[in-house]
Amino acid sequence: MGEQDVPDNPAVPTKGHEVPAGFLDCDQTIERLYSYLDGELTEERRVEIRRHLDLCGPCVGIFGFEAELRKVIASRCKDHVPDELITRVADALREEHSRQSN
Amino acid sequence: MADQAVFSDLAMEYMPALYTAALRMTRNPADAEDLVQETYLKAYRAFASFELGTNLKAWLYRILTNTYINTYRAKKRRPEIADVEDIEDLYLYRRLSGDQATGLGRSAEEEALERFTDTDVKEAIESLPDTFRMAVLLADVEGFSYKEIAEITDVPIGTVMSRIHRGRKALQKALVDRGSTRGLVGATDEAR
Repeated sequence: MGEQDVPDNPAVPTKGHEVPAGFLDCDQTIERLYSYLDGELTEERRVEIRRHLDLCGPCVGIFGFEAELRKVIASRCKDHVPDELITRVADALREEHSRQSN
Repeated sequence: MADQAVFSDLAMEYMPALYTAALRMTRNPADAEDLVQETYLKAYRAFASFELGTNLKAWLYRILTNTYINTYRAKKRRPEIADVEDIEDLYLYRRLSGDQATGLGRSAEEEALERFTDTDVKEAIESLPDTFRMAVLLADVEGFSYKEIAEITDVPIGTVMSRIHRGRKALQKALVDRGSTRGLVGATDEAR
């Protein structure tokens, strides 16, 4: 590190940087990251986030990463249903049906 | 009121999703199969109380979750409390950043995610305590809304949000732990 205060890793903002008045700063934006990605924000709130993202590369990187992580988690969690289980459940339901109708 | 005759037609298509959730919850195929079968039987018996046109998938998950809690969680194989307070936000991102991207319009961090295998992700989820594991499964794997998860797990929305948030942190930590063992996550903080 020299005279100037260069952050260790410029890709990761740790503190809110200068934003125009009326805009969310980085901390406020990251705080709403999950609600945004989960689709749980009102349109008004979503616009506020997008206005910040238009100005802030690092936050775009973080949002992109977390969105990608969600996709990776969902896509890696598929399991093949054993044929035997499908048969077992169908049989159990049939049995239950005839038990009830007797 | 729903007719039992249409139950199979409507409900069987959700078996892959229910089986995946059952596997992550019970952590073994034999228990997962029993849990799924029990869920379908209970749902069939209770189907008259299901309101057609409402969310059948969420209703089935609710039965699955309750059955799991009542039957399998009693075994208490793992401690319930996980300390996530010390895990900072963006835990995984911070540990993957710094690598060089190879281009193709994706960041280095996003590329690094590709190195995690199915087994990495499944075992990381399975390592979480019950309440976090369920919240993460329902939100991130199944894509249920906060409101749906609140109904499925029978807790207030605020609790759901806190569980999802803490569960995601714990999951990121579990992925980093697995990743460092396998050399996927390179430099530690100390090494920088």
